Amino acid sequence: MVTQVTSFGRSGLSDWLLQRFTAVILLAYFVFIVGFMICNPAMSFDTWKGLFDTTWMAAFTSLTLFAVVAHAWIGLWSVSTDYMTTRTMGDKATVIRMTFQATYSLILFYYLVWGFKILWS
Amino acid sequence: MLKVSVYRYNPETDKEPYMKDYQVDTQGKDLMVLDVLELLKETDPSLAIRRSCREGVCGSDGMNINGKNGLACVTPLSEAAPNGAPLVIRPLPGLPVVRDLVIDMTLFYKQYEKIKPYLINDTPAPAIERLQSPEERAHLDGLYECILCACCSTACPSFWWNPDRFIGPSGLLQAYRFLIDSRDTATEERLADLDDPFSVFRCHGIQACVAVCPKGLNPTKAIGHIRNMLLSRAA
Repeated sequence: MVTQVTSFGRSGLSDWLLQRFTAVILLAYFVFIVGFMICNPAMSFDTWKGLFDTTWMAAFTSLTLFAVVAHAWIGLWSVSTDYMTTRTMGDKATVIRMTFQATYSLILFYYLVWGFKILWS
Repeated sequence: MLKVSVYRYNPETDKEPYMKDYQVDTQGKDLMVLDVLELLKETDPSLAIRRSCREGVCGSDGMNINGKNGLACVTPLSEAAPNGAPLVIRPLPGLPVVRDLVIDMTLFYKQYEKIKPYLINDTPAPAIERLQSPEERAHLDGLYECILCACCSTACPSFWWNPDRFIGPSGLLQAYRFLIDSRDTATEERLADLDDPFSVFRCHGIQACVAVCPKGLNPTKAIGHIRNMLLSRAA
């Protein structure tokens, strides 16, 4: 068995399942937002704010934010372990890959906190 | 005359690989690509290729023919280079070149070895053979026919990037062949060995393997079955 300490769930199956589960959440959110815009062609700031002031919409958006973070982590981890390897970059690959992974994990964490601040404050 | 462009590289004499053009007289016949290479070798014996059975059974002459992996012995010119188009021959991509069209398949075989390609059965051996019903035997159809030519694995981008960690379509097709065999009792052990982020789950289902398999097999479908078995085991 091949192990990888930086993968999201430490298991291929859990990462694969989570990637699909979060994709469904993201699709549902996208369809809802587009549907809402189509159903409210003359949408004002108050209509938009009213939607996000409801608890269920804040919860739905929070769930989507978690889904974005998990989905992006798994996806970018796959990209980085495909292209930033010793085979393609030589000995410095591990440092480059870890730096890349640390940077995007900080960015994702920042987006998560920023999103929560907007939604719940 | 058919224009044939062949990848040439001899690490002992060449600094880097290059493409060499030849003119081959096919006499207007719809030859197999291997026949064209044999004609070509009559004029240039220095060209290195692997070949053996010349009928799509041994899997030796896998190569990249006009951009698509295939067996030279069962690929006719009318399919590879229709209407007299030039023929461009390169080695299978993604693995190191030993010389010209001969590649080093060590990593490919290491992945094959990982899946333990033999029956494991810890129950007492019967007096004769371990019997299978016709239905149980039918599960192996579409799996046992793999000849390990490596056309599929070397067409897979995931295998190009991680040939040391991703089993690859060929190895996974074989893995499912033993997982589904009613005579094998090591299902749990086999699945446990596959449940990591690389061995199976580097397959993104693009089906390049299915498009090139000279035996018409479907590794993507087999990989899907392995995923379902892993899911059933864990859920």
